[in-house]
Amino acid sequence: MSKKEWPLWEVFIRSKQGLSHKHAGSLRAPDEEMAINNARDVYTRRSEGVSIWVVESKNVVASDPSEAGPMFEPANSKIYRHPTFYEVPEGIKHM
Amino acid sequence: MTKQEALFEFLLRKADDSLILGHRLSEWCGHGPILEEDIALTNISLDLIGQATELYKYAAEVEDKGRTEDDLAFLRIEREYKNVLLVEQLNGDFGKTIVRQFFFDHFEHLLYEGLMNSKDERISAIATKTIKEVKYHLRHSSEWIIRLGDGTEESHDRVQASVKDLSRFINELFYQDEVEEILIKEGIIPDVKEFRVAFENNIEKILEEATLKLPEEKWQLTGGRKGVHSEHLGYLLAELQYMQRTYPGMEW
Repeated sequence: MSKKEWPLWEVFIRSKQGLSHKHAGSLRAPDEEMAINNARDVYTRRSEGVSIWVVESKNVVASDPSEAGPMFEPANSKIYRHPTFYEVPEGIKHM
Repeated sequence: MTKQEALFEFLLRKADDSLILGHRLSEWCGHGPILEEDIALTNISLDLIGQATELYKYAAEVEDKGRTEDDLAFLRIEREYKNVLLVEQLNGDFGKTIVRQFFFDHFEHLLYEGLMNSKDERISAIATKTIKEVKYHLRHSSEWIIRLGDGTEESHDRVQASVKDLSRFINELFYQDEVEEILIKEGIIPDVKEFRVAFENNIEKILEEATLKLPEEKWQLTGGRKGVHSEHLGYLLAELQYMQRTYPGMEW
């Protein structure tokens, strides 16, 4: 019997209220259709979602953790990029 | 036989189908071939046990003799269970479980589509809820049939052997007697004879894609609807009923 492992898939679920798909976890499946089925069974059995995306994990391109310094630290000292220098007039709701 | 008696008997037959198959699938819990499939099989098991609960509840009301859905599920003897023989067959390997499910799901799909138009509002409501679950079960088992049949040589041979073994129980799914005749006349249930051809076309189409074949041999087994079961049901009931028999009235 073949012991070859099935490919890994990343699962993204959009909840009823949510506007975007959020990463829910990963699972193994032989192909894309079964990946959707498995995602339905594993990640939406308590009504967590109304839409599923699956992406084979090998197709996800990730940033290199050892490059975290040059990638992210320069943003730390640039507080002026945050929209906190405005005074919000009274009476403006939902800000 | 009165209409009430026929309705009670029909509900019991369908509830027993769901309960016994649900119990069989629950035996996979913790033993699935992979984590994802372990969860899938137990989800389906819970769907079936949920369907059984609704059907037993209604059956108990129709019977009106003070029995509850739990009495019907747990406190009858083997000869009083009216499920078809297919659902009590042993799980075997994963492929065999899928073949058993495949035949059952294709039948249930056509039956529950018909039951949605039942003149009995309660049955129609149960069917409307159930059909969504059945459609997913059907998709799950059909996808697996294709992958196992058209998979490796070993998966093909194993699943082909199960198709041959379990096809002996197909005819009984279409069993009809006085019970069904009365209810068909009243517009409460569909006549399953009318969708026999559709059933065969549906399964043959998928079997062909899976490079599998139904056997030529047409010998068929029957007895479940009259309470005459295979040797496997007694063992299943012993486990299913143990808690209620040992601690009567127990709740948790």
